[in-house]
Amino acid sequence: MKIEDEKSFDELTDKEYKYGFVTDIESDSLPPGLDEDIVRAISKRKNEPDWLTEFRLKAYRHWLTLEEPTWANVEFPPVDYQALSYYSAPKQKVDMPQSLADVDPELLATYEKLGIPLGEQEVLAGVAGAPTVAVDAVFDSVSVATTFKKNLEEMGIIFGSFSDAVKDHPELVRKYLGTVVPYKDNYYATLNSAVFSDGSFCYIPKGVKCPMELSTYFRINAANTGQFERTLLIADEDAKVSYLEGCTAPQRDENQLHAAVVELVAHKDAQIKYSTVQNWYPGDKDGKGGIYNFVTKRGHCRGDNSKISWTQVETGSAITWKYPSCILKGANSVGEFYSVAVTNNLQQADTGTKMIHIGKNTSSTIISKGISAGKAQNSYRGLVRVQETAENARNFSQCDSMLIGDKCGAHTFPYIDVNNPTAQVEHEATTTKIGEDQIFYCNQRGLDTEEAVNMIVNGFCKEVFRELPMEFAVEAQKLLGISLEGSVG
Amino acid sequence: MALLEIKDLHASVADKPILKGINLTINPGEVHAIMGPNGSGKSTLSNVLAGNEAYIKTAGQVLFDGIDIDELAAHERACAGMFLAFQYPVEIAGISNMYFLKAAVNAVRTYQGIDQLDAMDFLDLVEEKKSVVKIRDDLLERAVNSGFSGGEKKRNEIFQMAMLEPKLGILDETDSGLDIDALRIVSDGVNALRSPDRGFLVITHYQRLLDYIVPDHVHVLVDGQIVKSGDKELALELENEGYASWVDEKGA
Repeated sequence: MKIEDEKSFDELTDKEYKYGFVTDIESDSLPPGLDEDIVRAISKRKNEPDWLTEFRLKAYRHWLTLEEPTWANVEFPPVDYQALSYYSAPKQKVDMPQSLADVDPELLATYEKLGIPLGEQEVLAGVAGAPTVAVDAVFDSVSVATTFKKNLEEMGIIFGSFSDAVKDHPELVRKYLGTVVPYKDNYYATLNSAVFSDGSFCYIPKGVKCPMELSTYFRINAANTGQFERTLLIADEDAKVSYLEGCTAPQRDENQLHAAVVELVAHKDAQIKYSTVQNWYPGDKDGKGGIYNFVTKRGHCRGDNSKISWTQVETGSAITWKYPSCILKGANSVGEFYSVAVTNNLQQADTGTKMIHIGKNTSSTIISKGISAGKAQNSYRGLVRVQETAENARNFSQCDSMLIGDKCGAHTFPYIDVNNPTAQVEHEATTTKIGEDQIFYCNQRGLDTEEAVNMIVNGFCKEVFRELPMEFAVEAQKLLGISLEGSVG
Repeated sequence: MALLEIKDLHASVADKPILKGINLTINPGEVHAIMGPNGSGKSTLSNVLAGNEAYIKTAGQVLFDGIDIDELAAHERACAGMFLAFQYPVEIAGISNMYFLKAAVNAVRTYQGIDQLDAMDFLDLVEEKKSVVKIRDDLLERAVNSGFSGGEKKRNEIFQMAMLEPKLGILDETDSGLDIDALRIVSDGVNALRSPDRGFLVITHYQRLLDYIVPDHVHVLVDGQIVKSGDKELALELENEGYASWVDEKGA
């Protein structure tokens, strides 16, 4: 390695988090701390019906009986839940934004900086060839603008903020909320059930194929505000939807807690594809700051022949604790999990999936690619359970780990629990170290080391990237490059 | 100006001295062959020239196209026109040969201040060059060297060389593992690339390759030093007598 290169690697390593800026918007926050009054206050501010207030309170009371889980392969100082603020909404000059023009320009400028296609001029102007992406943007807990809503409404698709859905379609929310992730599910999901702020709601009616990718960008902005998103997505019989979720957050010194819950319901013959690109602030190279990402995501293949597919690219957060799962209840239902998890510096990730086979002829596929660089720890944790009722269930799992450098770690914790003798369960796992010989080969063809690593890692992740919608795949590759900058040298 | 000028080059691998004072000058248009027994330092020479960090240059000077190679990182040497056809080309899973080559061609062009090729122009160039080594289309679409036979890998190396149009091509035992047909195809490819502006350093263990790629100069490398230089007749001499006399003389 030439000296100039070493220098440039240092520069890259020292590079500030690209999206680390703070938008100066007055936050309308509740005081820090958590008790029943705060839970009630959150519910009241959102004018929620009594049944929802009760749901929150039940969850809160149950949460008090729980302890933080310690089984994950991650380490972090204890979170002071009483020091967090549980509600924060950007103040608007008018009470309700009627259109993008009503939205705080500073907010729009923030999204602009992030390259988020909210208020995409071309789309709004109806320019031919413009991407058809409907965006429900969540800015610190409250949805500020929804585009394409009308277009979707005509097809009977409901897509908007969770709060709006509570107002406009309470019967749907009440029918499905907590049916996939019950309020007692786990410490973080229970906390979320008590204090969730906002999120997205989507309902695709019978027989409707959603004609565009639905996307939501999450972003944490106010200091010390835990973000508790709640997403509920229902595909009714024979409906089809692809949903994209991408996240970035501004730089902060305090660790920020993010405990989201995502529930998916797929009825008979329905298909849901849920893709995530997660790029929250991972902390600096000494491990200071960064998001704690403790998320519960679960899909329920409720009807026969239904399908739920999770694709995730996780490059950010100081700690990731996340297991997007599928409960395969309907006969012939299909669950898929495609994951790329990248950890650099002092990042920790404990992520994977659970595939619970209940119905006959259910099948699941798990493809997990873990990449560790710096001093990071990356764990795959997955459960494949075949219940007695699941005749002819099939699973294929492939867990590959790549190590960059010699100070990082890769771990695999596969759990397999088969209770039906007709099941076929396959598990493959590999661990590779990025080869000096591969890098030299690329160097010798004119690619610098950074490009070489990028290329090798992207090749490693290809099976997952090809599952992503096109625009996301490109973004994911870029993110991977940004995440691994300075990891070799 | 000489294309490559090696002056008293010493190099080590894992602190063990391998090259012990190499002197060699290659002018544009010349093909030089380096022959030698196993362990004489042939591959070390190619790796040191190309900038493999596992090989440490300990003394001497190498000028490539007038520039001291110490000034250039491995990728810069490649961009400046030095191409190493690997003895053991590595596999890169998930990256198609075409994608890899396009990145390489454009990296070199960018370094040289030439506009990057767009997809269409790149494909035209591929069409033009693929006949050089009769490379099959399916190999172009497959991941770099993944599942290639030994012969296909070597052919792919020559194809890459044709695409990158280097000033100096270094062939590191390109003939190893090739059957006679593959050897002919690869040699034809190299011969097609011979030109007055391009030099070659052909490293080989056997004289056989030099029947096809006829060198202007032949050097015998023993124990890290060039012990004899001559024309192509020297290769035939070696074929008959072997390296034994040189090795004995050196006391190795």
